[in-house]
Amino acid sequence: MLDATEGYITEDGRNIGGVVMEMHNITLRFGGVVAIKDISFDIREGEIRAIIGPNGAGKSSMLNVISGFYNPQEGEVWYKGAKRPPMKPYQVARQGIARTFQNIALFDGMSVLDNIMTGRIRQMQAGLLAQALWKGKAEQEEVENREAVEKIIDFLEIQHIRKTPVGRLPYGLKKRVELARALAAEPSILLLDEPMAGMNVEEKEDMSRFVLDVNDEFGTTIALIEHDMGVVMDLSDRVVVMDYGKKIGDGSPDEVRNNQAVIDAYLGVAHD
Amino acid sequence: MAQSSQATGGLESVPALLQRNASEFGGKPAYREKEFGIWQCWTWSETEKEIESLALGFINLGVQEGDFIAIIGRNRPCFYWTIVAAQSVGAIPVPLYQDAAAEEMAFVMDHCGARFAVVEDQEQVDKVIEIQERLHQFEHMIYVDPRGMRKYDHHKLHRFVDIQEQGRAAYYEFIEDLTARRGKLDYDSVCVMLYTSGTTGNPKGVVLSNRNIIEASRSSAEFDNLQQGEEVLAYLPMAWVGDFIFSIGQAYWCGFCVNCPESADTMQTDLREIGPTYYFAPPRVFENQLTNVMIRMEDAGRLKKWLFDTFMAHARKVGPDILDGKSVSAWDRLKYTIGSFLVYGPLKDTLGLGRVRVGYTAGEAIGPEIFDFYRSLGINLKQLYGQTEASVFITLQPDGEVRSDTVGVAAPGVEIRISEDGEVFYRGPGTFEYYYKNAESTKKTKDENGWVATGDAGFFEEGSGHLRIIDRAKDVGKMADGKLFAPKYVENKLKFFPNILEAVVFGNNRSECTAFINIDLNAVGNWAERNNIGYASYQELAGHPRVLETMREHVEDVNRSLAEDPMLSHCQVHRFAVLHKELDADDGEITRTRKVRRGVVADKYEDIIAALYDGSEEVSTTTEVTYEDGRKGAISATLKVCDAQVVPVGPARQEAAE
Repeated sequence: MLDATEGYITEDGRNIGGVVMEMHNITLRFGGVVAIKDISFDIREGEIRAIIGPNGAGKSSMLNVISGFYNPQEGEVWYKGAKRPPMKPYQVARQGIARTFQNIALFDGMSVLDNIMTGRIRQMQAGLLAQALWKGKAEQEEVENREAVEKIIDFLEIQHIRKTPVGRLPYGLKKRVELARALAAEPSILLLDEPMAGMNVEEKEDMSRFVLDVNDEFGTTIALIEHDMGVVMDLSDRVVVMDYGKKIGDGSPDEVRNNQAVIDAYLGVAHD
Repeated sequence: MAQSSQATGGLESVPALLQRNASEFGGKPAYREKEFGIWQCWTWSETEKEIESLALGFINLGVQEGDFIAIIGRNRPCFYWTIVAAQSVGAIPVPLYQDAAAEEMAFVMDHCGARFAVVEDQEQVDKVIEIQERLHQFEHMIYVDPRGMRKYDHHKLHRFVDIQEQGRAAYYEFIEDLTARRGKLDYDSVCVMLYTSGTTGNPKGVVLSNRNIIEASRSSAEFDNLQQGEEVLAYLPMAWVGDFIFSIGQAYWCGFCVNCPESADTMQTDLREIGPTYYFAPPRVFENQLTNVMIRMEDAGRLKKWLFDTFMAHARKVGPDILDGKSVSAWDRLKYTIGSFLVYGPLKDTLGLGRVRVGYTAGEAIGPEIFDFYRSLGINLKQLYGQTEASVFITLQPDGEVRSDTVGVAAPGVEIRISEDGEVFYRGPGTFEYYYKNAESTKKTKDENGWVATGDAGFFEEGSGHLRIIDRAKDVGKMADGKLFAPKYVENKLKFFPNILEAVVFGNNRSECTAFINIDLNAVGNWAERNNIGYASYQELAGHPRVLETMREHVEDVNRSLAEDPMLSHCQVHRFAVLHKELDADDGEITRTRKVRRGVVADKYEDIIAALYDGSEEVSTTTEVTYEDGRKGAISATLKVCDAQVVPVGPARQEAAE
C-alpha cells in the first residue's frame, strides 16, 4: 500500500498525488434506516475515483456526505489534512468542492452562459452596490469571469448554445452545461452524480472524453458515481463498491472486477 | 494560352499578393476568427508576419522546395496561413477533407508523398498516427489545438505556435533563404494540389499553378466587381476548390477579409454577426435555411404569418424583376418597399444575408422555388458552373440574366464547345496543369490543345446563349427500348421537395424507371411532430406508412411533370423504396461533396433494386455502415416497395415527340 502522502504515476502518465480527502468510518442514518454503514475510503489528488453499486446501495448519500449536504451521525471527513467540522453545502463549495446532480439542477430560464456564470460566484468579490452600479471592480470582475467561462465553453464544445435558454436544450447537452457550471468554480474536487445516466452510446463517449480531459488538462480530482460498469472501468483509477450501505470492495478496476463480493452483489445472491 | 502576368502587375504568386496587400492595405482586416466568444482580427500586416514566422519555422524544420504539406482541419486562419507559408518556402499545400476517415487520408497522403502535415487537433493527429506506418515519406506533424496532446511522443510532433516561435528565433539564419525561395515563384509554379473526390475510382490530385488561380480569381473578381472591402465567411471544406478560390485566390487578389466561424455548429450565428457581402453556398445550405424559415413560420403568430404570406406572395411576383432592373408598376414597387421594411429586411438579417451583394450557388441543380425565394427577397443569388480542373469557373450568370435552369455564359477568358455527342468541353486560363502522378487520366481529360472534357452533357440554349447542363455524360444512358435515360434530371425534380434529401433513379437498360429515396430528417421529423406521429429512429420514420404515402404523392407529382416533357416522359418512376439509412460519405455511397456514387449504391443495395423490379412488396436487407471513427456495424430492415402511378403517354404524343 502507498503511504497517504506519497504519489505515483499512472500507466498513461498522469501524476497522482497524496490523499486529499478521507472518510473515516462514516455512518449515516435517516431515522431507523441506515443508508451508509461504517464506510472508510480515501481520494487521492488528481485521480478519478468511482463509487459504484446496485440501486439503493447508498452511493448518492455518500456523495452528499462528501458535498456536505448530509452530516453523518458517526465518522469523520478529513479534507486536506484537517478534520472537517459539520458544514453547510455552501461552505463546502467555498473549500473548492463542486458537483453536478443526477437529475440536473440548472436554471431553466437562463441562458447557458448565465448558468455557467453562476458557477463563478466564488470568484466574485465585489459588493452588492458595486455589482448593481456595475462600475470599477465589478465590471473588471465580470470581464475576467466571462473570459474564464468562455474558456470552459470552448473546452466543452458548447459554443453553439451559448445564448440558448437551458430549458430548450436536449438532455445530453444539459448534462454538459451542468459540468461546465461545476468547472467554472475551478474546483479542486469535482463530484459527478451519474454523469452518463440516460445517455445514448455516443453521448456517453463524449461525456467520458470530457471527464478524462478535465482530469488531464486541469488536474482536477474527480469522484463520480456511475451505473454503467463499462464506463466506470474505463475511466477510473480506483473504484469503491457499495452494497446495502456497506463497502464491499475497493481497489483498481481490475481488482474490483475479480472481487467475489462484488460479483455477487451485481449478479445477485441471497443476503443474510 | 500564353497569358503574361502584365495584367496582374507582375504579381505572380500568392505570397507576392500577400506582400502587396500588407503594404497597400496593411491596417485593413485580413482574417477574423471567433474565439472565446469574441471576434479576433488580424490585419494584412499582422497576417504577413504570422505567415513569415511560420514559413521560417518550416525551413527550420527542414521543409524543402517541392515537398508536399498536407493540411487537415476546418476553416481557420492558421490553416490559410499554412497554405501561403508552404507556398512561400516552395512547398505545395495539399488540403484534405477533415471529416475523411483515416483510410481515405492514407491514399491521398501516400499518393502525394507528403513529408509534413499540419493538422487541427487530437482527432486528426490520431488518424495520421494510425496510417503513419504506411506512409514512407512522412516525417513531421504539426498540430494547432494542444488539448489532450501532452502525453504524445513529441519527437516528430510539434505545436503550431512553437514552429512559429522557432521561426522567429531563427529569423536571421533563414530570412535570406526564404526571400530567395519566394523570389523563385512565378506563374508556372504550383500553387496548390487539390484532390477531387470523384464518383468513381480513386481521388485524383489536380495540380493548379499560380497562373490558374490568379487568372481565374482576377477575371471572376472583375466580372462581379469584387472590392477590397468585401466580407466572406469561410465555412466550406478547405479541400474543396471553391473555398480555395474564394478564401485564398479572390481574397488575396482583392485583399478582402476572410471570416472563420467559431465552430461548425455556430455557422448560422456567425453568419448573422458577420453579414457577408459575398457569399457562396451549395444548394443544400439554401434549402436547409428555407426549410428552417418555413418551419419557424408555422409556429409564428397569426399576424406575423399573415404578413409573411402576403408579402412573400408579392415578393415572388415582382421581387426578381426589381432585382433584374426590369420595369415594375409604381404601386408594386411601393408595396415591395413596405414589404422590405416589414418582412424582407428582417428576414434577410435573420438569415445573415442582409448585406449580400453577390451570392453564388453551384455544385448541384437548385430547385426553382428555392432559387426564386432568395431572389425575390432581393438577394442577388446567381449560379455558376465549374469544377476543380477549371479553378472553378467555367460559366457564370451575369447580373440581370439569372435563371434557375441555366448556368450562364462562359466565364471571362474561357472558351466552351459542345462535342458531337453532347459533352461540354472548355479551356481557359484556369485550366489545370495535370493530374499528379496520373498521366493517363490527364491525357484522357485534357487534350494537347488544352480542351478539357467536363464529363457533363449540356447544350447552349437558343436565344439566350446560356449553357444548360443535362446530366453527367456517363450517367446518361438508354432504356431497354432505346430511349434517353437521364437519372439526374429526375432526381433533381424529386430532391426539390423539402421532404426528400437524396434520390437515386435506376433505369439504364431497363424497361422502366425506379428510385431510391432518402427522407430529410429535419423536414419530415418536423412534420411528424406536428401530426403526432411518434418515431424512435430514422429507420422507423422512413418506414412509416404515412411518410411512404407522402413520398408516393411526391413521386406522382414528379411523374406528372415528367409526362409533360416529350423528351423524358418515359423516365417516370414506376416503383420506389424509401431507404432505411441516409446515404453517407463515410460509407462511400456519396462523395464528400455529396455527389451520389451510382456504382457503389447499385452494388450495395443490389437486393433492394432486384425487389424494385421483380414486383415484390417487401424486401429484407442488411446493410453495412461505417461509423465516424472507422468502426463498422450493420443495420437490418424490412423495406416496403411502393408503386407509384405513372401518367400514360399516348402514342400520338410520342410520335409528335419523335
